[in-house]
Amino acid sequence: MSSTKSSKELVRATGLNRVYGNHHAVINVDLVLRKGEVLGLLGPNGAGKSTTMQMLTGNISPTSGEIKINGIDLLDNPQQAKASIGYLPEQPPVYRDMTALEYLSYCAALRDIPKQIRRQAIQTALQRCSLEEVANKLIGNLSKGFQQRVGIAQAILHKPEVVILDEPTVGLDPIQINEIRDLIRELGNDHSVILSTHILPEVQAVCDRVQIINQGETVFSDTFEKLAQRQIAPVLIAGFETDVAQKVVIGTLQKLAGIASIKKLESVQSSQRFEIKFSNKLNAPAVANLANEHGWQLNELTPKSETLEQIFMNLIHGEKNIGSQQQVAAVSNKEEASNV
Amino acid sequence: MSKIIAIASSEFKRLFNSPLAWSVLAILMFILALMFLMFIDEFVQVVQPQTATMENPPGVTDLIVSPLYLWTGIFMLAVMPILTMRLFAEERMNKTLTLLISSPLTSTQIVLGKFFGLLLFIVLVVALVSLMPISLTLGTELDWGKIASSAFGLFLLLSSFAAAGLFLSSLSSQPIIAAVSTFGLLLFLVVLYLSGSSQSNSSELFVYLSHFSHFLPFIEGVVDTSDLVYYILFIVGFLILAIRKLDNDRLNG
Repeated sequence: MSSTKSSKELVRATGLNRVYGNHHAVINVDLVLRKGEVLGLLGPNGAGKSTTMQMLTGNISPTSGEIKINGIDLLDNPQQAKASIGYLPEQPPVYRDMTALEYLSYCAALRDIPKQIRRQAIQTALQRCSLEEVANKLIGNLSKGFQQRVGIAQAILHKPEVVILDEPTVGLDPIQINEIRDLIRELGNDHSVILSTHILPEVQAVCDRVQIINQGETVFSDTFEKLAQRQIAPVLIAGFETDVAQKVVIGTLQKLAGIASIKKLESVQSSQRFEIKFSNKLNAPAVANLANEHGWQLNELTPKSETLEQIFMNLIHGEKNIGSQQQVAAVSNKEEASNV
Repeated sequence: MSKIIAIASSEFKRLFNSPLAWSVLAILMFILALMFLMFIDEFVQVVQPQTATMENPPGVTDLIVSPLYLWTGIFMLAVMPILTMRLFAEERMNKTLTLLISSPLTSTQIVLGKFFGLLLFIVLVVALVSLMPISLTLGTELDWGKIASSAFGLFLLLSSFAAAGLFLSSLSSQPIIAAVSTFGLLLFLVVLYLSGSSQSNSSELFVYLSHFSHFLPFIEGVVDTSDLVYYILFIVGFLILAIRKLDNDRLNG
């Protein structure tokens, strides 16, 4: 355990598993949230994000695994552990027939907020979520964005150390999304936040760290810089103007060291373009030198950088694609075999 | 304890936020008042002249007040499921149960809070129904002991309905299913009483199991501890089942 305050672990989940009948929804997920951190849980729909969050908030028990909130075991001492969590589920748990003020007073009573400071706490929550104007309206009559904010107000009402928000911006318009993101960023100042979403830019906008979950398993967990470094393979786009036939160019290029594959791209004007994939390190000078040696006019030489979005997609579809390629290979092998 | 009170008072208030409680009370009172009038009319027109010469005639309390409480119990067979279906099934459907589950509460606190909230409503129903016989004091003498025991018996009967409904509501996430199954269970217990007390196939066990058989002595003015114990066991049993169900939800939900 580190002694510095900034790295105090507020949530520590180890080896979380959740099985629904035949469906293994969450497989061996580890999750750590430190003080003052905003962690983004990213993954496609049905990846197991919500299930993970439900386990972290004690709504469902993990089939196996351990969850410690602020050092307290959630399964052994649920009441104590839950006191330091604020949770906004996918659908805000608001009673439509209550006003926002009534609702928050009720939540305050449920969360053991002492009577003397209850009013103060409710006022603060209303203010932080910009709900003062609608405090006395029925929640059922509020727009989706405001209902979502009432849900967030409920989650931060008792000033919990950990705020867990499940897809807080789903179904909102762009302006509301921005407002909610601002609010989450602000929450990050004095709460630790776990946020789930299937939208990458959202995580980029507000989170310090990202954990990507796919089909119940963690496929990546680190900062964005680390994510950006995870380019699957270094790729270079090169364009030459030359009379030499394409086949010859490709043949020459392939002689270079460290090249994994070369793909022909559509030519632009008279320039022949190729996508050159290196096996480990990008080597642009070698390509330039080669062009120089053979007298090809070099028109284009750009490293193809993958956006975070692409890296994300690669992470999620990576395994699946490999699987399908193998299948295709197997099929073609069979065809060949039958042809013979 | 303060959390139980918070849940109970919020449940009670929310009943009146919707038109549900108002319309239930209004219709119940309207129908019971009609029956009450009918009973009085019959008593004044038919019974009183006939029994005027008897030495110890049955009084107003026996002929008007007791049937009124009995009929309230019968009507509530149909009304209580509508009130109990909200407790868990509707919260599940609206996904608001998460609020209670993720708050620092035990399942016992949640179940008791909801049950006590409904008890408040039951007290209100019993009080409103009791106003009708009490109004008779304007014209006649009443047997107060009998009224008190009837009211107490009605309270116990309705509480047992509530506990059974609460449990069935905790099983389902469809309010309608919760209501129908509660109605079915309550009616089944009535049928048990009817079949148990029928002349061809009488069964003491069936009569004992039925909640109505324990209500009737109260109406007669008899407060028997064995009846009291039956209701307490019935209520506590269903509440414990509901608590177990909520705990179990986290494992299987």
